[in-house]
Amino acid sequence: MAEALLSLAGVHTHIGQYHILQGVDFEVPRGGLTMLLGRNGAGKTTCLRTVMGLWRASAGSIRYDGKNATHTPTPDLARQGIAYVPENMGIFAGLTVRENLLLAAREQALDEKRLEWIFGLFPAMEKSWHGLAGTLSGGQKQMLAISRAIVEPRRLLLVDEPTKGLAPAIIANMIDAFKELKRTDTTILVVEQNFHFARTLGDTVAVMDSGRIVHTGAMAALAADQALQTRLLGLSLEAHQ
Amino acid sequence: MNAARRFDWMPLALVGAVLLAALPLVGSASTWVTLTVAGLAMGMMVYMMASGLTLVFGLMDVMNFAHGAFISVGAYAAASVLLALHGRMEQPSLAANLSAMLPAALAAIVLAGALGLFFERVVIRPVYGDHLKQILVTMGGLIVCEQLIHVVWGPDQIPLPRAASLAGSITFGDVAIERYRLLAVLVGLAVFAAMWLLLARTRIGLLIRAGVENAEMVESLGYRIRRLFVGVFVAGSGLAGLGGVMWAMYQESVNAQMGMQMMVVIFIVIIIGGLGSVGGCFVGALLVGLLANYIGYVAPKLALGSNILLMVLVLLWRPNGLYPVGKS
Repeated sequence: MAEALLSLAGVHTHIGQYHILQGVDFEVPRGGLTMLLGRNGAGKTTCLRTVMGLWRASAGSIRYDGKNATHTPTPDLARQGIAYVPENMGIFAGLTVRENLLLAAREQALDEKRLEWIFGLFPAMEKSWHGLAGTLSGGQKQMLAISRAIVEPRRLLLVDEPTKGLAPAIIANMIDAFKELKRTDTTILVVEQNFHFARTLGDTVAVMDSGRIVHTGAMAALAADQALQTRLLGLSLEAHQ
Repeated sequence: MNAARRFDWMPLALVGAVLLAALPLVGSASTWVTLTVAGLAMGMMVYMMASGLTLVFGLMDVMNFAHGAFISVGAYAAASVLLALHGRMEQPSLAANLSAMLPAALAAIVLAGALGLFFERVVIRPVYGDHLKQILVTMGGLIVCEQLIHVVWGPDQIPLPRAASLAGSITFGDVAIERYRLLAVLVGLAVFAAMWLLLARTRIGLLIRAGVENAEMVESLGYRIRRLFVGVFVAGSGLAGLGGVMWAMYQESVNAQMGMQMMVVIFIVIIIGGLGSVGGCFVGALLVGLLANYIGYVAPKLALGSNILLMVLVLLWRPNGLYPVGKS
């Protein structure tokens, strides 16, 4: 397995009186796409938000690129190359598509070549360039959220449920886009409920249950083992073909 | 790239409808023009006082009742300068008057801005995310500031004579327009234009507009929203100070309660406009100013409730205000 770009060791997160993450340990290998799976309420979103510094880890350590990032403020993590696409996409509805991307370009201007590449992944972005983001469809908003995350080269991309609520045709577009992203040297961690999407794209997988990691390994191994899928996720991948 | 951004003209059409509807009710065209200019002037002054507060609420979800203190302190700071330079105010030359009014406005902006910085650091920062505590501590802060004004400037109202060149009216036929009201309209338009340029044409403006919608996402993109917020808070406090001195010169006096008295109108304006919306605040302030003047003339007994009636009607039409800010 490649060297880890991100590693979590014994991470606990409390939100108010709730103890959500209860000692999370796993690593995200550099350059690959890791799927974080688990039932609803397992703590996947909390895990991403804790890595991004949006919720503070109450114990344990998070290391990013060999350095302790447990209590690094969110803006500093972003400046160190982590991009985050939240579950609700977090687009700025009152800004245009262009302005949404411009905000994410910390070099102050958009790189035309990079933009052409993004338009190749998501042609709808070019068509809606001067339109308000709030007027986009759900699928287009997800495309915008991902476009914004990759408008400049990032080292680590955290994506929370990119296929949630999307039509099959849009999911197919997403799969193609992520395949293209995998060709870059960006490391990707995706929280996902769509097992077809996960199996198609994942190199490695971590499965969460009740705030802990209960399985890590190669995605292909999990995809091939129906008994393990049923034990970890409550159903088999075959049910989602 | 063919999907153009569409501007919502309906709230502006409402302003136009109010203007047109008032004409037959007022009866006389010359009176209507006088009332309209008076309403616009009042609206512009209220806008100056309210615009900072709406941005502060939109950016950090802070209910700052102490905003009224910035208005009063700004007015008193300016009054001190104007009284010290009263010789220049009495000269009939506009240049001489401005040489006193500009330093007074600057003093108001600086002192109100500094007070805003102090409030953000000491009073508001410990209560982020807790509306009830925000209301309590900022109301407390407003009362403390009022008492401090009494200590520094005394308990009595201070008369503030208008500049000689701005006294009286300009007449066009039957139409008489107070010179000072024209100045208020011009200053208000200049402030609105500057804010519009800042918000629409600069990167800081882009960040502010994004932060009003989703501060957490702005942080996730690598920006320190807290610094931005402090900047907006101080600028909003300074604008409140400027609005305070404009209002004080309009009323020709300053008193410690003027900020608190204006807060009711200011809250109505930012609620009508849509919390966090500068454009909505501008349109809301114009509506409040125009209606207050028209109704005060046509049906004086209804004048007291006209703002509340306006708010009710607007919220029945658009429950989130004229230009709602989509929080995500």
